[in-house]
Formats: sequence, C-alpha cells, structure tokens
Amino acid sequence: MENIQDTLKSERQQAWREELRKSMKAKERTSIDRVKMLEQEPHVRNRNHDEVNLGLSEEMAVKEAQRCLDCVEPTCITGCPVGINIPKFIKRIEQGEFLESAKVLKETNALPAVCGRVCPQEVQCEASCFYVQKLKKDPVAIGYLERFAADYERNSGNISIPEVEEKNGIKVAVIGSGPAGLAVAGDMIKWGYDVTVFEALHEIGGVLKYGIPEFRLPNEIVDVEIENLKQMGVEFRTNFIVGTTASVDELKEEGYEAFFVGSGAGLPKFMNVPGENFRRIFSSNEYLTRVNLMHAADPNYDTPVFSGKNVAVIGGGNTAMDSVRTSKRLGADRSMIIYRRSLEEMPARVEEVKHAQEEEVEFMNLNSPVQYFADENGNVNKVRVQKMKLGEPDSSGRRRPIPVEGSEYEVEVDTVVVAIGVSPNPLIPASMPELDITDWGTIKVDKDSMHSSVEGIFAGGDIVRGGATVILAMGDGRKAARGMHEYLKEKVGKK
Amino acid sequence: MDADLYAYITRYSNKFQGMNKIVEKEQLNDIVVKLVIDAPRIAKKRKAGHFVILKINDKGERIPLTIADADPEKGTITLVIQKVGVTSHKLFLMDKGDYIDDVVGPLGHATEISRVGTVLCAGGGVGIAPLLPIARAFKEAGNRVITVLAARNKDLIILEDEMRACSDEIIIMTDDGSYGKQGLVTHGMEEVLQREKVNLAVTIGPAIMMKFASLTTKKYNVPTIASLNTIMVDGTGMCGACRVTVDGKTKFVCVNGPEFDAHKIDYDEMIMRLGAYQEQERKDYGEFLQKLGN
Repeated sequence: MENIQDTLKSERQQAWREELRKSMKAKERTSIDRVKMLEQEPHVRNRNHDEVNLGLSEEMAVKEAQRCLDCVEPTCITGCPVGINIPKFIKRIEQGEFLESAKVLKETNALPAVCGRVCPQEVQCEASCFYVQKLKKDPVAIGYLERFAADYERNSGNISIPEVEEKNGIKVAVIGSGPAGLAVAGDMIKWGYDVTVFEALHEIGGVLKYGIPEFRLPNEIVDVEIENLKQMGVEFRTNFIVGTTASVDELKEEGYEAFFVGSGAGLPKFMNVPGENFRRIFSSNEYLTRVNLMHAADPNYDTPVFSGKNVAVIGGGNTAMDSVRTSKRLGADRSMIIYRRSLEEMPARVEEVKHAQEEEVEFMNLNSPVQYFADENGNVNKVRVQKMKLGEPDSSGRRRPIPVEGSEYEVEVDTVVVAIGVSPNPLIPASMPELDITDWGTIKVDKDSMHSSVEGIFAGGDIVRGGATVILAMGDGRKAARGMHEYLKEKVGKK
Repeated sequence: MDADLYAYITRYSNKFQGMNKIVEKEQLNDIVVKLVIDAPRIAKKRKAGHFVILKINDKGERIPLTIADADPEKGTITLVIQKVGVTSHKLFLMDKGDYIDDVVGPLGHATEISRVGTVLCAGGGVGIAPLLPIARAFKEAGNRVITVLAARNKDLIILEDEMRACSDEIIIMTDDGSYGKQGLVTHGMEEVLQREKVNLAVTIGPAIMMKFASLTTKKYNVPTIASLNTIMVDGTGMCGACRVTVDGKTKFVCVNGPEFDAHKIDYDEMIMRLGAYQEQERKDYGEFLQKLGN
C-alpha cells in the first residue's frame, strides 16, 4: 500500500496541517481530557425512543480535535476496517472546516453518520490511537468526531454528493440493501456503472433499519444516506428476492454482468431448550423487526408486539443490548440480561453495556436458561436458569462456561427474547447449489477480491462472516467493489 | 450516457416501482373475496404451493397469503382472502383499481407434484383456495384426484366449479347439512379411505381441521401433506415467528415449508402459537369495525 503511505505523508505536509500543528504545543493537547458525550438522562431516555447520545457542540468537537497529535505514523487508520483518513478529517474539524471534514469521511466511508454511531471504536480506531498505545490515556474520541462531522453536514443542508464518472453502460446487481450492499452501490455508481440494488423487504437498509433501534441509529439518518445514493443514480427495487422473484441466471439474461451478494445473516438461532416455542418467546430478529421496522409500539401501525413487565433477553452482544433496552422503553419493570459468561466477556459495544446499566437493565451474568414454563394459554411465565462458572478458554480464546450442577432456580418472566446470534440467510445459497459454502452456510470468497466460487458472483458482510458488524460489512463491500471493478474491466475488455 | 441524466431517470423510476394494482375483484361469499393483482414477475415464477407476503400501505402489517392462481401472460396473481381481522378486512374492502404497496414472492417451496396414483385432496373453508392449484397440478400429472370440500355451511363452500373441473370425484361436507352431506371433512375422507386405496393425501384448512384430517389418514397409513399458515412477519426466514415443530425439530414455515409431512407436525403447539395475538387482534378488530360503523 505504498501509494497510500505517500499520500498520507504529503497530505500531512500541506500548509494547513503544518499550521495547525504549530498552533498548539503537544503538551497542551495531551493535557486536555477526553470529551464527554452529551446524553439523555437514563431515567428519561429509558422510556423514550429518541437517540441517547445528543452529539457534541461545535466547541466540544474542536477542542476534542485539538487532542489529536496528527501523528507521523497514524496508527488509528490501521485500526479502521475501511481505512478512513482519520487525521485529515479530525484536523478539518480543528480548523473549523466541518463540511470539508465530512467530505474527507465520504471519500472512504459511504455511511459516516452510521459508523460514527455504531462502530465498536474501542476495539478499532480508538484502540490503535497513540494515546492508548503510548500514553496509556483515553483515546481521541474518533467516533464522536465522525458523528459530529456527518451530522453537521446533514443538518447544514449542504450534503456533498461525490462525483460520478461517465456512465459505462455496464449493469451490476447488488443483492441486499444492508451496509455491505450500500457500500458496494456507493462505489460502483461513482465509477460509472448502472447499479440496481435488490431488497427482499419493503424498506431499504437491512439491519440498519430492522435491527438497530431508533435510540441508537434513527432510521431518518439511514434514509438520508440512501437518498444520497438515489441522487447519484442507484436504482432500488424493494420486495424483490433474488433467487425466487428472479434467479441470478434470469438477471444475467436481463443484462447484469456482475453480482454482489449481501443478503446478511438473517436466520435466527434458538437454543433448543424445552419450552422455547411457547408464546411470547421471540428471536431478537422478530422482536426488533416488529418494533423497529414495523413500528409495532406505535398504535397507529397495525403490526402488534407483545413486550411485558418481566422481560428476559438471552445473550450478551449488541443485539441483546438493543433488545433489552427496547423492552425497557416498552414499559418493562424488570429488563434482564441472562448471559452465560461474565460482564467483562460480553461482546457488546462498551458504550451499549454502560448505557444499559444506567437504564437499570439487570445483568444476570454466568446464567443460562435450561427450560421455559407457560400458563394454560401457552404464554411463557417462568424460566428455569442454571448458574455457570468459567472454565478453560475455548477455540475463540474466551473462557468456556461450565454449568454448575444443582444451581437451578426460577425467574418469573412474561417475555423472552433469544439474542444468541444469527446465521446466514439460506435463500441465496439454496438457489445456487454451485456456490461454495461452509458448514455454517456462509459463502466462501477470495479474501482480497471477495469473488465467490461462481464467476461473476461476489459476496461480503454477514453472509460471508456470520453475524458481525456494520463496519466490517462495509469494508467487505468496498473490497468487493474493487474486485468487481477489476473483474469487469477484464471481462468487458475482452468483448 | 451523462451521469446526471442517468441519475435523473433512475430517480424517476425509483419513485414508481413496486406498487401492485388490483385488476379484478370478485366477492365469493359474505366473507371471502378474490383479488387479481398485477405482479408480473411473481406470476411468471409461481408454482402451486407458493405464497406471497403482502402489505397494504405504510402503516400495514405484513401477512402471508397463498397464491391461488396466476396468469404469466397477463402478469397477474390471484389471492383469495377471508376477512377475519383488520388487515384481511381492509383487503376485503379494497376495489378494482386500488393499489397494494408491497407484494413479495413467490415464497416457500412449491408442492412436489408427481404421478402416484390416487390423490385425496381435503380442503376446509378458505383453505380450499390454496388447495385448488395443487389439485389441478396433481390432475395434470395424471393422478386420480378425489376432492373433499368442507365448510360450516353452503355459503362458505368456495370455488366448487373450479374444483369439480380438476377432480375425478368431489364430495362436499357442511356442518349444518345445508349443502352436500352433513358432517365434517373427516367423514368425507373416511368414506373414500375405506373404499379405495389412496396413495397420497393433501390437506389445507384451519389448523384444527388439518390436525384431524391428518389423524384420519394416519389410520390408513396414507402419506399426507399439510400446508401450514402460521403467523409471519418477514416471510423470508429471518425472524422465526412462523416456527413449528415437525418430527421433533424446529422448522420455519416460510422457508422450510409451507408444506410438511402432516403426520409429523405438532398441531397443538402450532394452534397454541397461532393464538399469540388473539386478544390484541380481537380488540383491534372490534375498534376497526366500530370505526366502519358496523
């Protein structure tokens, strides 16, 4: 990646960057404490669906941007799955050029307002920040700053639309309108391709719309990003399931030359514990889809949801946090997390766990359900839970939970959400038997080009990784777009 | 082509894609309506057994409906809907020329059609509609098709002529005896099973009806298919709302079904799960009917 290193170096030497560095001594910068995000009060926000994080003010953002030392070797960039030019966008904020900062973000990241909100920065860019690595201090709040710049641009009405090259007449199909698909669409449309995104649901955005709740990622923000893609000429077809509504072969006949499969990990996992099919026991996908996509909590919408007073969510990831915090907002007295490992080992984003604790979510760590009971109508009313202790690490490196014999006890519940993970949605692999897939149903791809075993079919995101994050899906999407671009240049060149 | 011009054209096409027009409406009785809807891609791919998920407008629910018929040349699909709650009632009141926002499909696995000999088709109430294309397909495959149609009364027996046209024999059962013979679907089925060898049975109707139809054929060791209609949200395998236990394992009606080996289904669990929103649904429907002025 020598070109990028050279580019970074020469950018850093530009006059405006040098001026900024000179304007404040390193010692002054490092003496500033990391900014604290303005948040809704826990007891207010756990009964509404508005965003918890309120955003930084311009003063706060500039001050935080000053903390960034504009390192000679910016290790933060290596921590970012899509390689955002972090020092450059932060220095634009310090300079007061907020719209310019947003432009920098958009050079690499199609959905900066999304990533600034949902990325696990604490294990990505911020973990690689010089402050953490060398100074053992709180990192620069890169995530908050990304959100600031993206929000500023959106609210200013001056949204920059990237330039689109001359159309080349080559049609590409993107299957799935989640973060992976949107990232592919964003790049391919810029390079002059005709892009059609096919989406099975009636709304565009995938997990961004149905999975992540309003109080973390408002759908309105996702819609602004989608609107930008439409402005650039991306065509969206909802209610279209590639594999059944039309097959890939049929789309080839209609002129599509390359395909990206971003159909996601939309297949729920259940524990197969006795009583799991009683009423009011949901997969997290069902619970969140009813509330987020179908607006079930809003009486003006027809879709119902049941969310009671004693809600237990099984799991420890972001989806479990989303589910349990949603249940609080839907009126639960007790919103409980039942997770088989310890608090420290929970894979959820650190900020989500903190927010959940503040919102009075009860954490029952080192516990696992073994049976559900119901009343005469079949509505769940009790869960039998067994305590766990941690044993030796398993293949993932985490200590394995071991059941403690005789430790079972019962907890009254009226709603259960099973949020233990998701598997790849089987529709596309089932419709293409020639596609190489793993035992878990994920599509096998070349790790650099994201090309699958079938020529012209690329894939990325959860359908390749199993349930993962938005940013990793976007990184895959951008890689796949480059792979598709190379493939098509060769294919069309031969014609 | 110039990029800006292309973007302009695509924005225009984005705006108008996806709406499905009702091109025909026929009321089959007091509570059942037949709608023919514009859906060219679905019409082209549809086979017997497939269903769609439909959402009327932006505030509506997503509901599953079996595709009763399709015309690939005209690009239309036919849905038969019984008004039992808010959404089905709204559909019942829609007119020719109205639009349905979202229709997606074809979903589920198509019925496996083969020549087995004699096929017994048992349809209850509005279940007769999804049974029709299956009976037709088995007839076209060279089978002897015996059909038993059942409903509470004469008015609720639908699609009789169409069923007659693709059956070698048809038996009609009504609870009150107002048409055909008095009795339940199982009585009609027993009559057939006792007198001749049946190679395969297909049953579609209310869950409790399918349970007893299945118990009936089990006595005679006749392999039986049941087509299930559970609560669904996405219909693409994503949420698990439609899960049923078949042969002790959890299956999703939307992607593993909608048809399963009738003798292996846990009907009691399915019936229990079907009632999950009954209280809420009754309340909402009551309010809806009040607003209508009924």
